[in-house]
Amino acid sequence: MGKNRKSIVVTVIGRDEVGIVAKIATALADNNINIIDINQKILGDEIFAMTLLADRANSSLSLPEITARLKEPVKHMSLNVTVQDAEVFQYMHRV
Amino acid sequence: MKFSNEEILETIGMIAEGKLDIRTVTLGISLLDCSDPDPKACARKVREKILARGEKLSDKADFVANEYGLPIVNKRISLTPLSLVVPVADPAAFLEVARAVDQAGEEIGVNFVGGYTAMIQKGETAIDQALIAAMPEMLASTQRFCASVVLATTRAGINMDGCFTMGRIIRDIAARTADQDGIGCAKLVLFANPVEDNPFMAGAFYGAGESESAILVGVSGPGVIRRAIENLGPAADLGQVAEAIKKSAFKITRAGELVGKEMARQLGVSFGNLDLSLAPTPAEGDSVGQVLETMGLAMPGAPGSTAALMMLNDAVKKGGLFASSSVGGLSGAFIPVSEDASMIEAAKVGAITIEKLEAMTSVCSVGLDMIAVPGATSAETLAAIIADEMAIGCANHKTTAVRIIPAPGKDIGDFVHFGGLLGEAPVMAVSRISADNFVRRGGRIPAPLQSLKN
Repeated sequence: MGKNRKSIVVTVIGRDEVGIVAKIATALADNNINIIDINQKILGDEIFAMTLLADRANSSLSLPEITARLKEPVKHMSLNVTVQDAEVFQYMHRV
Repeated sequence: MKFSNEEILETIGMIAEGKLDIRTVTLGISLLDCSDPDPKACARKVREKILARGEKLSDKADFVANEYGLPIVNKRISLTPLSLVVPVADPAAFLEVARAVDQAGEEIGVNFVGGYTAMIQKGETAIDQALIAAMPEMLASTQRFCASVVLATTRAGINMDGCFTMGRIIRDIAARTADQDGIGCAKLVLFANPVEDNPFMAGAFYGAGESESAILVGVSGPGVIRRAIENLGPAADLGQVAEAIKKSAFKITRAGELVGKEMARQLGVSFGNLDLSLAPTPAEGDSVGQVLETMGLAMPGAPGSTAALMMLNDAVKKGGLFASSSVGGLSGAFIPVSEDASMIEAAKVGAITIEKLEAMTSVCSVGLDMIAVPGATSAETLAAIIADEMAIGCANHKTTAVRIIPAPGKDIGDFVHFGGLLGEAPVMAVSRISADNFVRRGGRIPAPLQSLKN
């Protein structure tokens, strides 16, 4: 992880539709949050699951604010968006 | 990517489906500098200290919960035992200070405050007697201040006079809160070998050996453990089940460690400890009883329950100890009857009895917890039940506790409803065989032998 990076993990889970990645990526860009890595797949036949690592060092928004900005463009879709400090995953999955 | 999709989705699943949460972030506050023979001055000092130390607790907990996406269910305060703070043997003085504590707790937005505590394992001082005398009125007239009394330790033995006194006090508390099924008793815990850094209510107090102020974290997640066992399928042997529990406990504990460190940093206090207890709530899927069911018991209380619970409790500790350098508190599985959906069901159909619960408490903390018994149960019988539980703690060098509610006007099979986290419970049967003459002897049961342990 870069020195001054403030990493967050964005998780989007729900019914697959056209344009989810685009909408989330645009919202991140609009708020000066830099995508570091993206994983996206369709689970089973229709469940969309995306996990995304991003850097929010250049954004002054709080995590609840970021969550709200990401939810806004996909609010008419059946999706669950969560944003967490990446440290949680570091703690839980790395010894 | 630094983390795989599977890892991230596992954590998200633990929170969403396994109900992984931080059960409580408890701020311990020393009141040793608030002592004053003038009750009004003492109450003012205590109130000011709680407000000064605790005013940011709720906001910071909400902030940390948002940052990590980990729900923090309860914010609480634990205090130095009040018997060490109020230096006058006057029940009115204890009431005055207790009301100030209750009000301060409300102002800073915590749902429980612990520390209305006396330690009488070897005998009572006049101050202890005043604290205990004021206890029924205190519990009936305040909302959130919880009481505890230490009745036994491995080194001191069991104060049987104290057990009998508390049997009478419990009946008094129940009578004074009869309109709410005796809810006052749900805020009183009687201990053998208590720990001084327990974050869980109602038995939390902040020991005299602790620092000025510290964050104590109780993690939970019986739902996460249950899912991990479910994923193994019915063919897995118990060694494999233990391994799965350990791995889950590790992850749960890491989440607690992160939250505890961050809370301590945010509040500028030390990180006291992380309590590894598995604590249920009445919510669906958040049940320790269900973990036992997933292990293969039809219901908690079935033969095998003690063995299953020993394994569960041990595996949680083994996984958790590696995940945090600050493990402390009670660190054992809780099996409160009224706060666990599966335990409630088992008590309702008679699968679990007080006697079986007693056996189960010899391998896990914390004791006979949130048990409703007939309102007609005598003080002598309550004292004898308490003494039995104290004996298990004394002989096994462990914490045991009793939180028992003789529900006024209710009998076996009736229900008591406390609401919220305290839940509801069927009134359980109590043995009708008398222990009256044993209890009335009073005195102290000497400390058990520490050697020749065969």
